[in-house]
Amino acid sequence: MGMTLTEKILARHAGADRVVPGEIINAKVDLVLANELSAAVAIAAFRNLKGAEKVFDHSKIALVEDHFVPANNAQSAKLAQLMKEFAAEQQIENFFDVGRGGIEHVVLPEEGLVAPGELIVGGDSHTCTYGAFGAFATGMGSTDVAAAFALGEVWLKVPASIKMVYDGKPGPMVYAKDIMLKTVGTLGIDGATYRAIEYHGSTVDELSITGRITMANMAIEAGAKNGIFHADEKTIAYVKERTDRPFIVERADSDAQYERVIEIDVAALEPQIAFPHLPDNVHPISDVKEDVPVDQVFIGSCTNGYIEDLRIVAQILDGKRIASSLRVIVNPGSQKVYMQAADEGILKTLVAAGCAVNTPGCGACFGGHMGTLGDGERCISTTNRNYVGRMGSPKAEIYLASPATCAASAIAGKITDPRTLTLVTA
Amino acid sequence: MAAKTLSGRAHRYGKNVDTDVIIPGKYCSIVDPVELGKHALEGLDPEFSSNVKPGDLIVAETNFGCGSSREVAPIAIKGAGVSGVIAKSFARIFYRNALNIGLPIFESAQAVDDIASGDEIEVEPSSGTIRNKTRGKEYQAAAFPPFMQSLIDAGGLQAYVEQRLAQRAAGAKT
Repeated sequence: MGMTLTEKILARHAGADRVVPGEIINAKVDLVLANELSAAVAIAAFRNLKGAEKVFDHSKIALVEDHFVPANNAQSAKLAQLMKEFAAEQQIENFFDVGRGGIEHVVLPEEGLVAPGELIVGGDSHTCTYGAFGAFATGMGSTDVAAAFALGEVWLKVPASIKMVYDGKPGPMVYAKDIMLKTVGTLGIDGATYRAIEYHGSTVDELSITGRITMANMAIEAGAKNGIFHADEKTIAYVKERTDRPFIVERADSDAQYERVIEIDVAALEPQIAFPHLPDNVHPISDVKEDVPVDQVFIGSCTNGYIEDLRIVAQILDGKRIASSLRVIVNPGSQKVYMQAADEGILKTLVAAGCAVNTPGCGACFGGHMGTLGDGERCISTTNRNYVGRMGSPKAEIYLASPATCAASAIAGKITDPRTLTLVTA
Repeated sequence: MAAKTLSGRAHRYGKNVDTDVIIPGKYCSIVDPVELGKHALEGLDPEFSSNVKPGDLIVAETNFGCGSSREVAPIAIKGAGVSGVIAKSFARIFYRNALNIGLPIFESAQAVDDIASGDEIEVEPSSGTIRNKTRGKEYQAAAFPPFMQSLIDAGGLQAYVEQRLAQRAAGAKT
């Protein structure tokens, strides 16, 4: 009996010929990630470990300042200081200060720190993003991260895999975000808990790396341990441009065992939107029958803060003004995305349309700062979570959608099907 | 290891109690557990921190702790004085975090169905026996998987990691 892609990677990292779902393994890690929030707690836990003075391998740790950036108060500044000091003390070269990185999950692939077949753990639930590259990647809490800092290995329960098969060409204004919202809506908020999601089908073969990132990123929104794509020529080209580190491309066996197989006909999908207050409360946009005015549009995050996303938004906003009734906040995902957006004239288009462009970071998405919602406010956002209070007030409402749907809504002042737009063509 | 009996009133909630309502993002730079505890469950029940008494238990439906990996979520609950959480199921990362920081958690659908807010609850952590003293009923929480139980018996992840580090150091010397 064969193994799934996740099982293959886990077996190799556990030094075993094969692993089966439910089995507990000790697996070697190729990279451990933390941000200033998870790192601060992890560093304290690491310092409490008897016998742990040095991290297992200073080249296999990445520390990214991204949640409260730039620091919003002395308390969060302190966490950033702690992480910076730890990076210096442990000679961790992959330390990304404010202005040198951006959102961790955008930065790590850009920097060539993620490659197919690798095993990555991180103190952030969206660490599953790196499944886009054919890596096993999962989020953990700070004490587990401290253990990985010390040992270079983690204990894991091998997850059963759910095979998602996507076929059909996406229609106009239907993007990876819509496909993934549909997936979360189909699986349910805990439909993949303790499971791996393995993405298959002609649609995902055609997807860009960014599209796969968007989809892997939201695996956790169905409770999954990881979400994973097979690496292909596109993946290998992307990674080889950024690192000369050797890597192993694994493939699921043809007789691998899947707990479930779910097929999604992408050709039949219209743009999707998650209504408040759960990411699985997903509807086709045609379910929005009445006017739903919004107060804030947010473009960014580890889900949709990439240059492709900003290009879509800029194309829609080009030569237009956002509705006077709302504000639009844009966070490019990283310094590199920011620079690229500057080079391509995207920033100018966005600012001319009336958008506020912030420095890369996670602030608005998790209700930290730089775009916090007030009582009774409604936001449509390209982010991944719309729980009560996620972006600020527990009395606010969050709708999740693609960059195109968010941009269309910004112009109209209300939730809008992007297929109804007339685009300015050059 | 005979752990102390947990005893207190139940605070009953629904399904999918996520980490954003357990401890909203804006408080995630707080380090002190007691200070975090003052904001525990603020997004779901703003009265919680003023109502909770030391030893009280949170009782909830499925998928407790879904969402982010923030370890401050179980720390805030513990910091508020809560002695344990009983739910029908837990989200994966929260489950690991709770065990790692020493917040006792128990899975029992039957107990959850029978418990109402304010019921007096007792739990024996070592056996997983849950008693609803208000209703005179007793339940058995699902046993931890053997590996988790061995981790708990070893004194938690910290002790486990220290053991492995000591083994490595001994191995390096020979």
